[in-house]
Amino acid sequence: MLMYVVRRLLQAIPVFLGTTFLIYFMVFSMPGDPVLALFGDKTPNPAVLEAVRAQYNLDQPFIVQYLLYLKDLLTGNLGTTFSGQEVTEVLKRAFPVTLKLVTMAVVIEFVLAVVIGLVSGLRKGGIIDNANLVIALVLSSVPPFVALFLAQYFIGIKLGWAPVTVGANATWGAMLLPATVIALTIYVTGMRLMRGSVIEAQSADYVRTASAKGLTRRRIIPVHVARNSLIPVITNTAASFGALIAGTTVTEGIFNIPGVGKVLFDAIIRGETATVVSFVTILTILYIIVNILVDLLYAVLDPRIRYV
Amino acid sequence: MKFSKSVIGGVTLASASALVLVGCSSSDTDTEASSSAETPTGDMIITTNGSEPQNPLIPVATNETGGGKIIDSIFAGLYYYDATGAPQLEVAESVTTEDNQTFTVTLKDGWTFSDGTPVQAHNFVDAWNWGADPANAATALNSYFLEVIEGFDGYNAEEGASNPEMSGLKVVDDLTFTITLNAPNADFPTSLGYSAFYPLPDSFFEDPEAFGKAPVGNGLYTLADAADWQHDVQIDLAVNESYAGEREVANDGLSIVFYATQDAAYADLLAGNVDVIDGIPSSAMATYEDDLGERAINQPAAIFQSFTIPERLEHFSGEEGKLRRQAISMAFDREQITDVVFQGTRTPASDFTSPVIAGWSDSLAGAEVLDFDVEKAQELWAEADAISPWTGTFELAYNADGGHDVWVDAVMNQVGQNLGIDAVGLPYATFAELRTDVTNRTIEAASRSGWQADYPSLENFLGPIYYTGAGSNDGDYSSEAFDTLIDEGKSAATPEERTAKFQEAQEVLFQDLPAIPLWYSNVTGGYAEGVENVVIDWHSVPIFNEITK
Repeated sequence: MLMYVVRRLLQAIPVFLGTTFLIYFMVFSMPGDPVLALFGDKTPNPAVLEAVRAQYNLDQPFIVQYLLYLKDLLTGNLGTTFSGQEVTEVLKRAFPVTLKLVTMAVVIEFVLAVVIGLVSGLRKGGIIDNANLVIALVLSSVPPFVALFLAQYFIGIKLGWAPVTVGANATWGAMLLPATVIALTIYVTGMRLMRGSVIEAQSADYVRTASAKGLTRRRIIPVHVARNSLIPVITNTAASFGALIAGTTVTEGIFNIPGVGKVLFDAIIRGETATVVSFVTILTILYIIVNILVDLLYAVLDPRIRYV
Repeated sequence: MKFSKSVIGGVTLASASALVLVGCSSSDTDTEASSSAETPTGDMIITTNGSEPQNPLIPVATNETGGGKIIDSIFAGLYYYDATGAPQLEVAESVTTEDNQTFTVTLKDGWTFSDGTPVQAHNFVDAWNWGADPANAATALNSYFLEVIEGFDGYNAEEGASNPEMSGLKVVDDLTFTITLNAPNADFPTSLGYSAFYPLPDSFFEDPEAFGKAPVGNGLYTLADAADWQHDVQIDLAVNESYAGEREVANDGLSIVFYATQDAAYADLLAGNVDVIDGIPSSAMATYEDDLGERAINQPAAIFQSFTIPERLEHFSGEEGKLRRQAISMAFDREQITDVVFQGTRTPASDFTSPVIAGWSDSLAGAEVLDFDVEKAQELWAEADAISPWTGTFELAYNADGGHDVWVDAVMNQVGQNLGIDAVGLPYATFAELRTDVTNRTIEAASRSGWQADYPSLENFLGPIYYTGAGSNDGDYSSEAFDTLIDEGKSAATPEERTAKFQEAQEVLFQDLPAIPLWYSNVTGGYAEGVENVVIDWHSVPIFNEITK
């Protein structure tokens, strides 16, 4: 088990290097000069341009810029933004907010997927199953940002049940509305996976054995059916965790949440390479960790899976 | 020029959210929602929208609106601009000159920075010298404004050479200093209210970097504690008790909330969570005047929009180019496009400046090239064809991240149809990409351009863009007649004469059309119920100190 974790962590190193390189290269090759854009429609004095470029190493060839960045990164210095803030400070502020939002969304999504999927699977073909299918189809065909706007307008502005925007008040409660809306637009995949594996599990040998030996349904469903059906749902949830963090730009824009998406969007528009690469690097690391955790969780759920 | 990118965030969502909000917006008032606004606590804090400053909070380092709004609230300069844009003496007791080239500035006694140190002549001189010093070029993004002062040759000096003092600045005594310019400029005192000319306290020079995070000013408001600036979230400004000027603050503080999108700010306004905003998202353009009623703001701003057709493009040089530019200018209907595409939030242009600037006119000779006249346009185009027949496609480049696609398509459609040519928009993904091609002159098409005045002066809309060799002369326009008129205007003895010269200079532009005027942007916005005394100044920013609720 320990060996497995160590091996996985070692594998993460080339992934990490590859990602930072790719991202750095992509930001570098983005068309347009970020330094020129700093001045709007006004063309700055060439000497000013040169001075700004030199300060951010933008006058160096790509590979030198990348190596300088990597050197700084390994010594814990992630660089500064154009406004002179440490990127580490920006990270410390933005990540907890987004993690809160995404964790909440993932938990709600997981609960919805498991509960509704289980009920649907147990009552396959019934009214509840069909009703769930219709609701799921409707919800999943609404683009997330439309759902977010509608929720903000009706629940936030018209009814006043939830804060309209989050801003400085980034508490769990303030972010409940966007998190729920996100969960509602993505739980469908997990729900259908759960339903499918519940149906499959019900006719599996070990379930028939369990009922044959006289176990009650109240014991069979949670312990034998549900538990064994969780693996695909967990994989799906873990995958959506990464995608959600990366996709928070829209949500954070609409609800004005000062998280990763908002900062990353601004940084991309401004061409602040240091901020963009650092954020994406942390996202990559998070993604790797979540995946390792999920793999370990399999072993807990399914005794047949063992890591050596 | 200060520019705003906050618009960009809203754009990606704009078209889709328009579908949503158009459907559900109603004109009934949101009484139950606005009850969630702050309960009166005796602290009348005005909340407004803004964006995280892109640069350190140092006056000469700030060249975009996010930081500009804060800087203008916490610093006071020699002049301030009143609601009409007229410069009024603030820290200065008087600014006098005999030849429009050397100015003597006398300061009022009794001004202090919020750290208690007095505001003296050297605080101005040192601040400007710091901004002009090439060693600080990477920070002092707005040093451009100091270029008119004699001795600002640091940038031309040898590489790395520091030039810490400009010969044009002399401290006479604690409250007096003199400014000598490179060339006469009667307009110069008008520019002295601009943020690049604000003073800096002595503590700044000890550690500029720390100062940028916790600025100390002499303005109406103050950043009492560096912790009141929650990065990427909001900044809270308290009333500056040591402010010594004549403007009065009617409220107890200002809280600027940094919104990711204009849509979010607008949603907060509808719910009564923000008191005043100075930007309406495009998704709400069609409905906001119904939503807000009397609380909606829509008035012309000091922003001039145009597109530039460089001389070097094929078919656009010399006499042929002149005819073709005039033909294109007359081939589309500004009135209709501002009404339909912009829902009346643009005002069709009638000169090269802005209606909020003294000296603006809608009856300059030659302004008829801005009329929609298909027949005349076709005539002019045919005349140009007689010189050299038209070939190719007319392209207008724009940045697709700024919401320009709709009007560009509309203008190009009309031009194409009315002149019988192929005319299309040429999108660039980002603003940076467009500016790079424009600056390097690698662009082989016309390009959109916008200009927001830094200080309320006709000249600010003309010299920096069309003067031979000027920094923002993207089309490399050069006209002796125009240059002469600008020079004459700058050394004119009276304001009336100055205005006359600058208007005459525009008549030259109407002949040559180095840029084709489109329209003036309006400032749009609104305020919440119960908020009073909201006046938008010439610079499109609410006069915060007068707002009450």
